[in-house]
Amino acid sequence: MSSDQNILVKLNKAGFSLNNKWLVKGVSLQVEKGKIVTLIGPNGSGKSTTAKIALGIYKKIDGSVEKYTNKVGYVPQKISIDWTLPLRVNDFMVLTESLNKESIDEALSLTGVIHLKDKNLGDLSGGEFQRVLLARAISKKPELLVLDEPVQGVDFTGEIALYELIKKISDELNCGILLISHDLHTVMSATDHVVCLNGHVCCSGSPMDVAKNNEYKALFGEQASQILSRYEHRHDHVHTSEGEIKKN
Amino acid sequence: MLDDFFIRALIAGIGVAIVTGPLGCFVVWRRLSYFGDTLAHSALLGVTLAYSMEFNIAFSVFIISSLIALTLIQLQKRTNLPGDALLGLLAHSSLAVGLVVIGFLSFIRFDIMGLLFGDILAVTVDDLLIIWIGGALILLILKLIWKPLFASTVNYELAEAEGLNPDRAKAIFTILMAAIIAISIKMVGLLLITGMLIIPAAMARNISSSPQKMVIYSIIGGLLSVILGLFSSLEFNTASGPSIIAASLFLFILSLLNIKQSIKLKN
Repeated sequence: MSSDQNILVKLNKAGFSLNNKWLVKGVSLQVEKGKIVTLIGPNGSGKSTTAKIALGIYKKIDGSVEKYTNKVGYVPQKISIDWTLPLRVNDFMVLTESLNKESIDEALSLTGVIHLKDKNLGDLSGGEFQRVLLARAISKKPELLVLDEPVQGVDFTGEIALYELIKKISDELNCGILLISHDLHTVMSATDHVVCLNGHVCCSGSPMDVAKNNEYKALFGEQASQILSRYEHRHDHVHTSEGEIKKN
Repeated sequence: MLDDFFIRALIAGIGVAIVTGPLGCFVVWRRLSYFGDTLAHSALLGVTLAYSMEFNIAFSVFIISSLIALTLIQLQKRTNLPGDALLGLLAHSSLAVGLVVIGFLSFIRFDIMGLLFGDILAVTVDDLLIIWIGGALILLILKLIWKPLFASTVNYELAEAEGLNPDRAKAIFTILMAAIIAISIKMVGLLLITGMLIIPAAMARNISSSPQKMVIYSIIGGLLSVILGLFSSLEFNTASGPSIIAASLFLFILSLLNIKQSIKLKN
């Protein structure tokens, strides 16, 4: 399954320090084609930093990063755009790659913001802007997608739809996704591999493995653990109409 | 036709305006107006060196301005001083050193006013060649780095993450800034070059809805300023630089009226 050709990006004991303080240290992980790897962890645990190391934004790092693709789509967690620029959604879509009208329209339709195409970027609401960011990242049909809390500020129904879209994109384009998310439900239902961070890798593995891990429980509390086990529960047996439990 | 100093000035000014249009947009977008000022101030040193060593002025200014830009980048890395303090330090010290050097060159007659504010009489056929060939090169290079430069202007991390190499684009852009100052110094004068970069671009910002439109309007605004400014300079016997900048200010004020109207329309 994990043949070397499928690896898109690989971190070997990677770390990054700023002003003599480690933001994150000793992270090893890899993202493969068609797989979703999710980073979870409390605030300040180094999730975004890890994503930026993987993307090559941080250069003076400890350890090493091997990146095997240049077709990358990135949705940053925070983005500060200077509104002295007259920038419409349409201009923003072709920021890093020239695209034809069809690809732009297709991506904007998928994230449900095609009607905003000619609007000024500064006039969008937070959720609308988030959808545009996601559309821009997928429009170039990347091999590697790095999504740092891609649905923040998106309404509830939109959130579910966008996560489904992300899963669909991963299948259709066979691209690898490095996802940062706070929504444990989503993490568990759509993810192939979970990395739990807290300045270092606490634990990692399949969603079920992580859920059983004591460090994870300590970090997120008993309730979060139950979310995971509920998921696990759902998948390890079915309830028949007679009320019987049938093992898979 | 090129014998007429006014025609020469007009051709030179048009060449300068076509280049300052797009570069000025980046100066406005990237908040580099004080940076442009610093490079322009340092140009005086370049001019004096050119005179004392009988060197080409544009070339000498280009070298000195590039050196100042590189010094600035090094100082930013090695000191804890804020950027604007470093810019002020370099701008005024290089201007001062330039003026001191002029004092030593008492055997050469300097037209300081012409240097500071531009002198249309001084534009020669050689200058025209430098402006048009240099300008064409600047625009060509700007076109080549447009995508990474623009993307990193919008958001540095997106550009870096998606493999556009924004640092290289920024370094090249810095060199282009030094180059435009070098070729336009005779037209506008070193104290007013930044105005030529910023004011048409600021005017364009008021009336445009996309980056491409802003670049085009900025070029048109620069052209109109040059033509309007040079004709009034001839008419009222004023220095060419201030006349061109005053004309661009006039256009900027007109563009403000446009904003008011569109706000009214919205309501």
